[in-house]
Amino acid sequence: MSDEYENKSGYQAQSSETMTGTGSGVSPDMDYVRPAENPEQDLYHAHSFIEKWVFCQDAKVIGVQYFLTAVFTGVVGLILSWLMRLQLGFPGLAGFITAEHYYQFVTMHGMIMVVYFLTALFLGGFGNYLIPLMVGARDMVFPYVNMLSFWMFFVAVAVLMASFFVPGGPTGAGWTLYPPQTILEGTPGHGWGILLMLISLSLFVIGFTMGGLNYMITILQARTRGMTLMRMPLTVWGIFTATVLAMLAFPALLVSSIMMTLDKLLGTSFFMPTILKAGEVLEYGGGSPILFQHLFWFFGHPEVYIVALPAFGIVSDLISVHARKNIFGYRMMVWAIVGIGALSFFVWAHHMYVSGMNPWFGFFFASTTLIIAVPTAMKVYNWILTLWRGNIRINTVMLWCLGFIVTFVNGGITGIFLGNVSVDVPLSDTYFVVAHFHMVMGIAPLMVIMGAIYHWFPLVAGKMLDEKLGKWHFWTTFLGAYSIYFPMHYLGFIGVPRRYYEMYDSPYMTSGVGLNEFISTAAFIVGAAQLILVFNIVKTMKTGKKAEKNPWKANSLEWYTSTVPPEHGNFGERLPVVHRWPYDYNVPGAEEDYLPQTAAPSEVAHTEVEKT
Amino acid sequence: MHAGIIFLLVIVGSVLFHIFTPWYWTDIASNWQGMDDTITLTFWVGGGVFVAVCLFMVYCVFRYSYKEGRKAEYKPEDKKLEKILTWATTLGVAALLAPGLIIWNQYVNVPKNAIEVDVMAWQWGWQYRLPGEDGKLGTTKVTNINDENPFGINVDDPFGRDDILVQSDFINLENNKPVKILLRSVDVLHNWYVPQFRSKMDAVPGIVTYYWFEPNKVGEYEVLCAEYCGVGHYAMRGGVEVQSTEDYSKWLSEQETFQDLIAKQEKLEFENKKLVKNNNLILNKDIYKKEE
Repeated sequence: MSDEYENKSGYQAQSSETMTGTGSGVSPDMDYVRPAENPEQDLYHAHSFIEKWVFCQDAKVIGVQYFLTAVFTGVVGLILSWLMRLQLGFPGLAGFITAEHYYQFVTMHGMIMVVYFLTALFLGGFGNYLIPLMVGARDMVFPYVNMLSFWMFFVAVAVLMASFFVPGGPTGAGWTLYPPQTILEGTPGHGWGILLMLISLSLFVIGFTMGGLNYMITILQARTRGMTLMRMPLTVWGIFTATVLAMLAFPALLVSSIMMTLDKLLGTSFFMPTILKAGEVLEYGGGSPILFQHLFWFFGHPEVYIVALPAFGIVSDLISVHARKNIFGYRMMVWAIVGIGALSFFVWAHHMYVSGMNPWFGFFFASTTLIIAVPTAMKVYNWILTLWRGNIRINTVMLWCLGFIVTFVNGGITGIFLGNVSVDVPLSDTYFVVAHFHMVMGIAPLMVIMGAIYHWFPLVAGKMLDEKLGKWHFWTTFLGAYSIYFPMHYLGFIGVPRRYYEMYDSPYMTSGVGLNEFISTAAFIVGAAQLILVFNIVKTMKTGKKAEKNPWKANSLEWYTSTVPPEHGNFGERLPVVHRWPYDYNVPGAEEDYLPQTAAPSEVAHTEVEKT
Repeated sequence: MHAGIIFLLVIVGSVLFHIFTPWYWTDIASNWQGMDDTITLTFWVGGGVFVAVCLFMVYCVFRYSYKEGRKAEYKPEDKKLEKILTWATTLGVAALLAPGLIIWNQYVNVPKNAIEVDVMAWQWGWQYRLPGEDGKLGTTKVTNINDENPFGINVDDPFGRDDILVQSDFINLENNKPVKILLRSVDVLHNWYVPQFRSKMDAVPGIVTYYWFEPNKVGEYEVLCAEYCGVGHYAMRGGVEVQSTEDYSKWLSEQETFQDLIAKQEKLEFENKKLVKNNNLILNKDIYKKEE
């Protein structure tokens, strides 16, 4: 392959990349793609069962391992949410749920869902599986480190789950872990529970850094020939930007975890001021609880986008494939992802408007927060403009995408309420906030995850999931989840504060009792409805239809592997060579309604391609 | 086609829910009407965008559902349309941000005539301190707090002597008089929140935080802690009664000052000592008797 490079001048190599290929004659030059700069990597092939399925170095297996472990934590998080809703909807019905338990459920549910479920699922799961396939690489660039990354995550999950069984139980400090209460008596799990939480988070960050470096360097260095950055599927752009955010944001979490561990174990006072407890002055002094909040949200807000950006990317690809139309405004979409990612580091204190920080910060952070609404809105417009004049398959995958648009726009709009500093004052710390973030970073990304499962299941398992069951799964989940979180905003308007184990007979709560019962009932149904997916997968694996190659007629490289499901090394003898972006659907003049990324201009010279 | 119909029903249902909801905010009892108004404005603009986007989506689902052989449009970019949408969104966002910032400016600038109220929080309860005749609160220190000095007032501070102490989680406020709430906590984060007043702020150990409002409706309201503070968080309630000027003055005159408390305690101490002395005398007498 490197001979080719010597034969071509640099000038030609340059021009061929920007060539539009509007077919003014066929010449071999128009198919020219700059040769690879790096030699192909040597793959380590597994020699035993353990190397193949346990300590495996194949990114696809690691992706599935991440996925299954994350789903396990998600199920734990779901059960915890059921227990919370049981207490909130029907107080006292389950006598075993004490206030201590309730706060432990709240805390573990929040931390599990945000970090161990969503982050690990999108980046560890989808990232590992899709990045090498989509950029045309044989594997991640550091397969061994990638394997370590998963096992670090696994240990982090084990430590987290162990905290359910230690004396005092898991921490009940709220997922934000605000000191001083986190490490003081009066908060459940202030001994072993919080220590294991902090250790688990630290392990997660270490493991995640290993994985993140892999994703970034693979995307930057191991793309196949012709796969320019501006030809990458938006899924890869989303995962890439989210990984960069994670590399910059997680250190803040690691640092605050370490500092809090020292406060707890060695009696340092990073976050601890002078404190009076049960009539006695504790041996702390001079620390700042607000410093922790700054560190936490410097991680915490980018974290929202670490979850959201991969979802944005994936949903763009799903919409484009199933609407049989190019994604509208690709460059705008890329810059919006990058712009949102950059801005997300300048908005953290909008979680702290009423924290007691200097109130003058409010002006700055309200402005930056509302600025971020502009690129986000552009993405929404581009999704619906992609549907416009498309040829939309209303299948299960598309339904999840449409569900995503509805829930994401809904949650995005309520974000404008909360970001707008003085509007946040009456609403902060109420159920409006709970409803907002569940809608926008719980349900909306979940819709994308589900869509992605139905979309890529044929690739991973080689069989098509059942459409009818899929639709039942979608409608119960979407309608159920929407009826949980849409009315919940109105509890917030009444003024019902969050993190209340019991409201007693507060005057403004009496009217909300019926609403709470309804929300809880919906929550039980939605949770149970996920069994439809489990049943669907079991049924499909046993008797399902075998998937043909590229069943959705998509363009991106993961569907053009040598075998389905792809084997170790992904692409057989020769890596694919990329000639265009992945969104050439219904190109005028083309015979099929799609042009794979590998279609050379000379093969389709008669088409009127506008962007390559 | 039924997918489009269900989505349409969800949109229509959302709008109807908003119009007919029996669950909406409590009657406002403070000057922060502007917050409610900005929320209403955001509802109109944001709700409009939500409905428009979703209806357009539903339209596309109806109009462009898959038909074998139909050609979708091929148009990767439309610079003009993208520009229009960007600017329209920017304008809309700016229109929402402006009133938000204006009201925030009012929120952080306390009127000069506001009465300061020291709200002291702990796990899990509240107590309050009002300035005495000098109109100023005395300085405090967490380490000063003990049974004799429950507010931790610096005994040397002359401003502290006449401070009015309310050792209860229930406080009275004067109607139509701005109040500056000064928050402090002796242990963990708390937040003194009355839904009807709309305003709130965290109490943070180590620093004094503030916010202000002007109650404008006579009545009794529940105080809630709005920042998670441990296992008793949900039970950390209090109360506030907004009273007319006369009722308030009457209530105020019945309250104890720091001076009163010290005097009471000194008297108590004196009596205790006397008691001890007498006891000793009696005891001594007994001993003498025995020895005799």
